[in-house]
Amino acid sequence: MLKDITLGQYFPGDTPVHRLDPRTKLVCVILYFIALFTANGPCSVGLVFLTLAFAVGISRIRPGALVKGMKPLLFIVIFTAILNLFFTEGEVLFRWWIFRVTDQGVYRTVLMVLRIFLLVSSTFLLTYTTSPLQLTDGMERLLAPLKKVRFPVHELSMMMSIALRFIPTLIEETDKIMSAQKARGADFDTGGLAKRAKALLPILVPLFVSAFRRADELATAMECRCYHGGEGRTRMKTLKMGVGDYLTLLLYCLVVAGAIVLVRLGL
Amino acid sequence: MDVITFDHVGFRYPDSPEPVLKNIDIAFSGGSFTAVLGHNGSGKSTMAKLCNAILTPTEGAVRVKGMDTRDDNSLLSVRRTVGMVFQNPDNQIVASVVEDDVAFAPENLGVEPSEIRRRVDNALRRVGMYEFRLHAPHLLSGGQKQRIAIAGVLAMQPEILVLDEPTAMLDPYGRREVLATVEELRAETGMTVLLITHHMDECINADRVVVISDGEIALDGTPADVFSRVETMRDLGLDVPATTDCAKPGRMCRCPRCR
Repeated sequence: MLKDITLGQYFPGDTPVHRLDPRTKLVCVILYFIALFTANGPCSVGLVFLTLAFAVGISRIRPGALVKGMKPLLFIVIFTAILNLFFTEGEVLFRWWIFRVTDQGVYRTVLMVLRIFLLVSSTFLLTYTTSPLQLTDGMERLLAPLKKVRFPVHELSMMMSIALRFIPTLIEETDKIMSAQKARGADFDTGGLAKRAKALLPILVPLFVSAFRRADELATAMECRCYHGGEGRTRMKTLKMGVGDYLTLLLYCLVVAGAIVLVRLGL
Repeated sequence: MDVITFDHVGFRYPDSPEPVLKNIDIAFSGGSFTAVLGHNGSGKSTMAKLCNAILTPTEGAVRVKGMDTRDDNSLLSVRRTVGMVFQNPDNQIVASVVEDDVAFAPENLGVEPSEIRRRVDNALRRVGMYEFRLHAPHLLSGGQKQRIAIAGVLAMQPEILVLDEPTAMLDPYGRREVLATVEELRAETGMTVLLITHHMDECINADRVVVISDGEIALDGTPADVFSRVETMRDLGLDVPATTDCAKPGRMCRCPRCR
């Protein structure tokens, strides 16, 4: 049951989007955010929308998967929509009881909902097409200049990749402990919130104890394999920027420029 | 030539009054296969950890090819020379993909990427796990995981392989798998192997069996030698394999088959 949980789901594939360098994809997402937040007219938003649609098309990710990703955010989307719909000044379209809807309100609502959708979808496209390991690798390389100000870039990415490695192991262990406690008559499924939370304690305690033991053993095993921090370390799989990567970056820069120009022109 | 020498080694953990190892004086020669036998708490795992400077002796000295393990300057070369495999396969695999895990040690040593690739492929072929190089380790069986752990150590190209109860958490099939891998490795590379275990039957193929009890060397000799001293072994709380018990000359055997 617990095994079905995936984190930052990744859909393996072999499309141009999958093959891009993770660094390119990370930078592109940032550029995309800039374009997205600059855009506030129908033309500029349209441009930003088309850019994502194009990328999704190439990646062969089902648009349905992106819409599904919106589910946890439904509350925020509805909240934003209501705020914008009823509390924006402008020419009143119709009135009902204490509510009034203005033309500006409708326009802003559509704009905001579309923005949230594009914002979330673009990050999902990143995690759908990039394996978590590639992502941490890309982040380590992108943040490398921060090492100069003693920011522990290598340590952070090492921690992230080890965490990713141990998620399935710990989930499996949780399953085992739960079964063991159930066999001893533990009840996780009935009672109020407080009772259920309390019932989790006999799972958490052994899980933590074992996690610490694992951490200790892993540290020893890493030392045995000559781990001594990020200094002087090489990588088997070096990241390489290809022509496609530079072209993609150029394309996204153009999208940002395009969005700025369109906004200046008031479109 | 001796590759690892224990020179009157004593070891005591900082928070315990009793030493774990007392006056261990032993040497392991290059290319040999030694099994270190002992029951729980006898100090055999501590002995393994002393071999590659995970622990350093509180008394005496451990030398790996002449390098003192207490010398910080030779730390990396000691660890590169003595590869270590532990009991729990899950807790020594670092990466989420098999080949990335095997690459971990050479990456730490700053080896060229193309050379790492070559070493990883070699190591994986050696343990017969090459086809699994792109798999996620948590989906493999215990024996397969342990073979990956061995490959991860082989990628450092060590001269000595220390295995600290590598089969303790495996099912019988996984045990056979791992032991066969070690056997093959020895036959192909002539690597020095130190196998720490409490399973008698894993010692039978060794050149030499060292029995540790209460932090001291109780017996040291060839398997035939050690296992023929049935009474001493029993006193140490160890049961000799049934076959050697029967084979002991001039002795009425009590096992069901002989009766």
